Amino acid sequence: MSLDAKTVTRIARLARIGLKPEEVETLGHDMGSIIDWVEQLNEVDVTNVAPMIGTGLAKPRLREDRVTDGNCRDKVLANAPEREGPFFTVPKVVE
Amino acid sequence: MSGIHDFTLASARDALKSRKISAVELTNAHIDAIERLDGQLNSFITRTPDQARDAAKAADEVLAKGEGGSLCGIPLGIKDLFCTNGVRTTAASKILGNFVPPYESTVTANLLKDGAVFLGKLNLDEFAMGAANLNSAFGPAVNPWKRSDSDTKLVPGGSSGGSAAAVAAGLVLGATGTDTGGSIRQPAAFTGIAGIKPTYGRCSRFGTIAFASSLDQAGPMARNLQDCAILLESMAGFDPRDSTSVDTPVPNYEAALKRGVKGLRVGIPKEYHVDGMPAEIEALWQQGMTWLRDAGAEIVEVSLPHTKYGLPTYYIAALAEASSNLARYDGVRFGERVSAPSLDGLYEASRAAGFGEEVKRRILIGTHVLSSGYYDAYYLRAQKLRTLIQQDFLKAFENVDVLLTPTAPSGAFAQDEKPTDPVQMYLNDVFTVPASMAGVPALSVPAGLDARGVPLGLQLIGKFFDEETLIAAGHAIEQAAAFHHRPTIHAGVSA
Repeated sequence: MSLDAKTVTRIARLARIGLKPEEVETLGHDMGSIIDWVEQLNEVDVTNVAPMIGTGLAKPRLREDRVTDGNCRDKVLANAPEREGPFFTVPKVVE
Repeated sequence: MSGIHDFTLASARDALKSRKISAVELTNAHIDAIERLDGQLNSFITRTPDQARDAAKAADEVLAKGEGGSLCGIPLGIKDLFCTNGVRTTAASKILGNFVPPYESTVTANLLKDGAVFLGKLNLDEFAMGAANLNSAFGPAVNPWKRSDSDTKLVPGGSSGGSAAAVAAGLVLGATGTDTGGSIRQPAAFTGIAGIKPTYGRCSRFGTIAFASSLDQAGPMARNLQDCAILLESMAGFDPRDSTSVDTPVPNYEAALKRGVKGLRVGIPKEYHVDGMPAEIEALWQQGMTWLRDAGAEIVEVSLPHTKYGLPTYYIAALAEASSNLARYDGVRFGERVSAPSLDGLYEASRAAGFGEEVKRRILIGTHVLSSGYYDAYYLRAQKLRTLIQQDFLKAFENVDVLLTPTAPSGAFAQDEKPTDPVQMYLNDVFTVPASMAGVPALSVPAGLDARGVPLGLQLIGKFFDEETLIAAGHAIEQAAAFHHRPTIHAGVSA
């Protein structure tokens, strides 16, 4: 079942992706069919099954609390689409 | 210069060490092949011939002293998902069209340390999302293979489609790939080459552009498993900069080739006999069982009861992670920016312009399954299913050493045969996704041609960190299959 335009628009807003009206319709249809397809997971009884969060192969590690990287401001800023001095710029957010 | 394109990575390494050939000669021959053929294949997004020539010259100096790492002077291609210091890295996305990383990924740094020569950055599906390399902002990579009865363009598989095409056509001696749900194995099968997805945590993810972090794993793609083994040994290893990297020694993978399969227990998962599987895929699978049995292995039927839930579970888990990972492309710190009067407007406009159709679809689904009111029903349930899928594998491996399956449910299809239904497209990964979900290693080896002359692969799945047994069993298949076919478009074929 297609997702309605209101739902698609709400999700797109959450994901901060601007959509054209014709995209809303196509995506609603595609997403609906994918959502319908994953509904089959409801057949499986998952009572008392722990969720798998990663493979658990790597052991959490502790390390000494010291600086291991940094002092590379120009590298960090090198790919900025717009910058002013040592800052990234964005449209005014506070009036 | 005929013969230079007959080298495998291993034979080129030996010829370089014994100074029968120079790294400059070898590199120039590959640069020349790229110039001749890549107009048809589009396997490269960025070529770096000048840097390659400099690196080859440096390699020759080291080799002349009788020194040099395992890959000294070997020309490779790098999937354009690995950050390369000072060389544009795009993830085949418009949003990273001008991104030049100021640092090197650990995997490529390891290869460089061993003396490899990089010829450039290879095409892929945008952010590694796809199974046909049709989702690239730089146009599709093309399979060097053609059907015997037509000239139609076939897809090289995906997402590591450029890596697969370049290796198969002899433009590089090996390439890096990444595999999230089959992105090394399926394109390897589609192009008649070998590819290994190692155990999750074997190769560092540092500096590899993320798609689904709990699944992404780098691995080698090359013309045979010996070449893959040499590459994997260089790529693998513990990295403190990746919290999921596992600190366990890297064995000599090449030595595992000679182990043989006598007494090995090979499991055949009965659930992989899926409805509608083409007869020739089923026949190839049977042939694989016979080859391994003849080489001394024992074939045992096993059950992986949650197999059918692998794909839908994957598409929830992977897309949820993708929506989160791709939030960083916001037009502020790097990447393409589309100006707008408000900050949210800037995000929405930049992301609308920068992402392709499939990436948008996946981010939106991922956002949906993580959103308030849907999280438990979709994402949490998928994580529980993932536990069950992993348990299936762990149980099977109590009784067998490796599993044998087909790699993909078909051979390479034509560009214009791409299914319009996204779910149909996702079915390409039906045999590769479950191993990714479990985190276990798997590989694909070329095993034969279909009725129309297009290569088919067999997959082997192994225990955690037991890539060596996989390589041994894979090599037994290689020897029995004696796959020496070459694609229509190949550097060694004079026009």
